[in-house]
Amino acid sequence: MIDDHLPEMPCRELVELVTDYLEGRLSSEDRTRFEAHISECDYCEAYLEQMRQTIRVLGRLPEESLSSEARDALLTAFRDWSRG
Amino acid sequence: MAGVPSSSPTGRLRREWDDDALVASLRRGDERFFAELVEDWSRVMLVLALSHVESRAVAEEVVQEAWLTVLRDLDRFERRSALRTWVLGIVVNLARSRARAERRSVPIPPEPSGPVVDPARFRPTDAARWPDHWALGPVRWPAPEDELLAGETRQVILDAISQLPVAQRELLVLRDLGGLTAAETCNVLGLTDTNQRVLLHRSRSRVRNALEHYFDATEPT
Repeated sequence: MIDDHLPEMPCRELVELVTDYLEGRLSSEDRTRFEAHISECDYCEAYLEQMRQTIRVLGRLPEESLSSEARDALLTAFRDWSRG
Repeated sequence: MAGVPSSSPTGRLRREWDDDALVASLRRGDERFFAELVEDWSRVMLVLALSHVESRAVAEEVVQEAWLTVLRDLDRFERRSALRTWVLGIVVNLARSRARAERRSVPIPPEPSGPVVDPARFRPTDAARWPDHWALGPVRWPAPEDELLAGETRQVILDAISQLPVAQRELLVLRDLGGLTAAETCNVLGLTDTNQRVLLHRSRSRVRNALEHYFDATEPT
């Protein structure tokens, strides 16, 4: 699967391209180089997985919503608003 | 609003409400729906406000004011963007002006450039063997993902976010905490797509670095 015509993507370069890779914004040539490197480098594979873990954990971070006082105040405002 | 789950599985904004139904429910004065919407969206709105203001109490005020603005201006919502994009844009504007009033916002320093991983972690570019490859490589984190959200690790992540430059923080909150698309985020923050990706890369990398540092998860290659 490695295209011999493409230069190898060293680790130092790869870590700068992880977001573009995950966003689907790499050129097809760079994506090929990226995936070829990942398939052979355990460290970069771990790095990519850690970026994915980071993104998933960030997505689950917000927990607290408004205090009940603030919510009640908004509900009262909504009632007034919808009565016009 | 039958079929709406009582809480979303993640902190992200729910996507299943379409704007027409949403606006119609509000106009109809559907209180239960408004309460659910406030509960769901305010979580990301709060974190977004906290990107600019220091205290939780002030952030709550900003979010409350944003909801009041939404009600007041709903008739002027033109649907050129999604409702939540419009709402989050209101939060950003209110939070920014609040921060200015508190004189917390100093002139925005230029975004730091340079590598996202310490250059010393790699072998020299002129090394005879394996140039630019890891010298001190990352190793898998010990904690399963659920544990990453527990106690101390959660605080590590929150601290890392709070130390980001404000532009990175706003962006990370919208993209990764709020689950907005790249296009929606560019719309709310007035960024170009390229700029958006640069900020996203830097901010995510810094959170990853903080976790790695916390776990002390590196090894010589």
